[in-house]
Amino acid sequence: MPTSLTTLQRWNLDKPLGTALLMLAIISLGVIFSASGQDVSITVAQLVRLGIGFAVLFLAAQIHPDTLARWTPYIYLGGLVLLVIVLLTGVIGKGAQRWLNLGLFSIQPSEIMKLAVPMMVAWYFSQQHLPATSKQAIIAAGIILLPAALVAVQPDLGTALMIASSGAFVLFLAGMGWTLIAGILILIAASAPLVWSYFLHDYQRNRILTLFDPTADPLGTGYHTIQSMIAVGSGGIFGKGWLESSQARLDFLPESSTDFIFAVFAEEFGLFGIIILFSIFIFATGRGIIIATYAQETYTRLLAGSLALTFFLYFFVNIGMVTGILPVVGVPLPIISYGGSSVVTLMAGFGMLMSIHANRKIAQP
Amino acid sequence: MKLDIPIKDSFRESRVFSSRLTITVIGIAILSLLLLARLVYLQIVSYGHYETLSQKNRINSLPLPPVRGLILDRNGVVLAQNFPVYTLEITPELAGDMESLITDISRLIEISAGDLERFNKQRKKRPKFEPQVLRTHLSDAEAARIAVKRPFMPGVELQVRLQRHYPLGTLGIHTLGYVGRISEDDQRTIDTSRYRGTQYIGKLGIEKSYESILLGRVGIERNEVNAYGRKLREVSRIAPVAGKNLYLNIDTRLQALAENALAEKRGAVVAIEPSTGAVLTFASVPTYDPNQFVNGIDQASYKSLLDNIDKPLINRALNGQYAPGSTIKPFLGLAGLALGKITTTTEVNCKGWYSLPGSRHRFRDWKKTGHGITNLKKAITESCDVYFYTLATKLGIELMTQALAPFGFGRKTGIDLALESKGLLPTQEWKDARKEPWYAGETVIFGIGQGPILVTPLQLATATAMIANNGVRMQPILRFASENPVTHKINRFTPKVRNRLPDFVLPYLPAIQEAMVNVVHGKKGTGRRIGWNAKYKIAGKTGTSQVKGIKQNEVYNRDLTPERFRDHALFIAYAPADDPKIAVAVIVENGEHGSSAAAPIARKLMDEYLLGNAS
Repeated sequence: MPTSLTTLQRWNLDKPLGTALLMLAIISLGVIFSASGQDVSITVAQLVRLGIGFAVLFLAAQIHPDTLARWTPYIYLGGLVLLVIVLLTGVIGKGAQRWLNLGLFSIQPSEIMKLAVPMMVAWYFSQQHLPATSKQAIIAAGIILLPAALVAVQPDLGTALMIASSGAFVLFLAGMGWTLIAGILILIAASAPLVWSYFLHDYQRNRILTLFDPTADPLGTGYHTIQSMIAVGSGGIFGKGWLESSQARLDFLPESSTDFIFAVFAEEFGLFGIIILFSIFIFATGRGIIIATYAQETYTRLLAGSLALTFFLYFFVNIGMVTGILPVVGVPLPIISYGGSSVVTLMAGFGMLMSIHANRKIAQP
Repeated sequence: MKLDIPIKDSFRESRVFSSRLTITVIGIAILSLLLLARLVYLQIVSYGHYETLSQKNRINSLPLPPVRGLILDRNGVVLAQNFPVYTLEITPELAGDMESLITDISRLIEISAGDLERFNKQRKKRPKFEPQVLRTHLSDAEAARIAVKRPFMPGVELQVRLQRHYPLGTLGIHTLGYVGRISEDDQRTIDTSRYRGTQYIGKLGIEKSYESILLGRVGIERNEVNAYGRKLREVSRIAPVAGKNLYLNIDTRLQALAENALAEKRGAVVAIEPSTGAVLTFASVPTYDPNQFVNGIDQASYKSLLDNIDKPLINRALNGQYAPGSTIKPFLGLAGLALGKITTTTEVNCKGWYSLPGSRHRFRDWKKTGHGITNLKKAITESCDVYFYTLATKLGIELMTQALAPFGFGRKTGIDLALESKGLLPTQEWKDARKEPWYAGETVIFGIGQGPILVTPLQLATATAMIANNGVRMQPILRFASENPVTHKINRFTPKVRNRLPDFVLPYLPAIQEAMVNVVHGKKGTGRRIGWNAKYKIAGKTGTSQVKGIKQNEVYNRDLTPERFRDHALFIAYAPADDPKIAVAVIVENGEHGSSAAAPIARKLMDEYLLGNAS
């Protein structure tokens, strides 16, 4: 052990990653203040949530990766049980059964699964010899698809896809064969029409159709996309300035504090601000990938890689949705969007990353 | 050597992991660039487009329609005004089941079949988001009943609208015209930006001619609105500019007198101030109520107006074309003198008929026994036909046509009303267009204002005013002045000279004027019945316009002729004869005799105008 440890190092905290997250947190507060119509109580609520998020990050950073690996199967199984319970007794919220009321507070079991699935797949592979064989891949696919399916029937297709993706990242990083990857891609492509016809709800189909022509139903499904594109486009290069988003202030932009918060940011700060925001997100992603490369154990490196990629995926899907190149799925912009569970989940993930990095083994010669 | 029992191959695992991670880094780079490209497209390439959309979202422009100018007569009597009325309007888009909604409404207030028909007609023509008027002029009680139930009737609005109202009803309709709802045809011809928020447009008469003065300028209130259309604050406001008030030359007292005198008859009266061309009276009877056109007339009422045998919709003063009959004689007499075909002493022996040389056809005089030895003054005073048959033959059709043209016959007078008729003078072009040759007999009867010559009452009045004004024809005009409703600054219209008689004609005018005075004041004058007790000198000329041709050996028998084939009675006059203030033309359709049917109307008008009381 090195002789002199800084305070940060003593508490397993990673300075670059922490700095990026703090910057995003500050941006979040600024944009939420503006998007909520300068509502102090909403901004304070987000501040509290971010505070809880950082606390969770701190706690997660204190858990040794080996401990985490030991807990992984139980967390995963516990999460599955909660998912089943939420399906059976879930409180109806926003037309979907996602929340589980635990008396003092409500939780979304699907949020747990966002972390539990990549952990479980990483744990599974850490017990196997890599690169992954087809048989292993099929077992891993089972680990991934079971909770994803349970989330999808809630119905929360967006989260289900994100969960499946975080598991798939592990699978990919574990070295799943290219032929298998190709096979799965073909399978997905082939089943797409089937999924379209039998598994998607009308509103989901509409959202995808809207992507191709938002103007077809400007006051219906296309409304979100059109209004967010107006917000982004009218921001121009330098933006209208903080608190000057007319699209949000005048309520044209729906979900302006949550899923569509990026549109408010883009309107107020323009392309110039966006490049700064992108830099921070990509820096945080990059830091996660670097942590993954330093990690020397199967479990830690797979988990770290998956967490970093999932973080980027959220970012990409959210902005793709806001700018009209992806269908409207309920994916928030990490950290920036107003919302409880996702911040906590995300921060827990970053805490794990920091723990992984702090407890990394010295690189082999 | 390969082992049977697989062991963890850390090195290989690490290598695979590294290569996979590299692939994901490339993927991240590609996806980030994709997002950036999309943002560049939205924020730089399409910036203008989205900026416009953003502004359109944010700002709602509300047109502020101007108040239409009033129309008043020369003494300030209001002829057209704006009156606040409760109107019940329905926006079809919001209404849902229209049938049941209207049933509900008709339980509260009376909806006539006409209202309903008009509403349905408008509803089919106009966009669904535009409110349409179902009922106007709701009483306070009716408005209250609707107001109570309105929250349960989506799409129903109770509005207080300024509506055009013609307080004198039918009076002067053929001058005033009316406004109506802007139709699709109107939409094509108007600058629609000037009509934002305005529902009415001048359709006829003065309302149409002076549309641009009366309309005013639309104002715009630009409000910042939220997504629900709620106004948050006013961004800017351009106040509307009210239309100018328009004063007409019309004198309502005279107009009413003329219309009342013609009541139950058909005809027209036009009175002009000779020195200015100011049109004091412009009456056409029968009339109709313009107020029913403001919100679109219902089919049944319109059909009854159209089918009415008296044709009330026709503006007889402007578009009625009549043979001038003997009223043409003073004009032809002047032509004969000026062109040297006769002198004031030239005499014709009237035996009661006239024949062209070498023809046995007899052109009869109205007086079977004849007038005897007749000079021009006597011919005009007693309206001798034979004298004018002779004169017409001497002049020939070309000279007569040329001589009548300066008086404005055969062409539009240019009065400030649209769609004026120009009457008929048999010009060379007209004769060429006609397939038939010109007959000598046509020249003969032209002398007494029959055959291919048609004049409008307005033309006749203008020509009379020209004689009264010593050969200077003023442009007849209805507009007197316009007034800025805010500053009350009045802009008076300057009279314009339309044309003058050639100088060589002028020395002969007094003889004609003198003869016309003799018509009214001479012992044997055809108009003497209105002259004997007049307090001022009147110059006039009677006329009879044949409706039905009378065959050679036929005698006009009044009792056997149905009313509508009886002759039209005409009278032209001006007074006082030595200082003319008013020139009048009266036509009473099927009134038979100018002296008995038409002349007394002219006298009443002149008395009222010159003395201030109707005798």
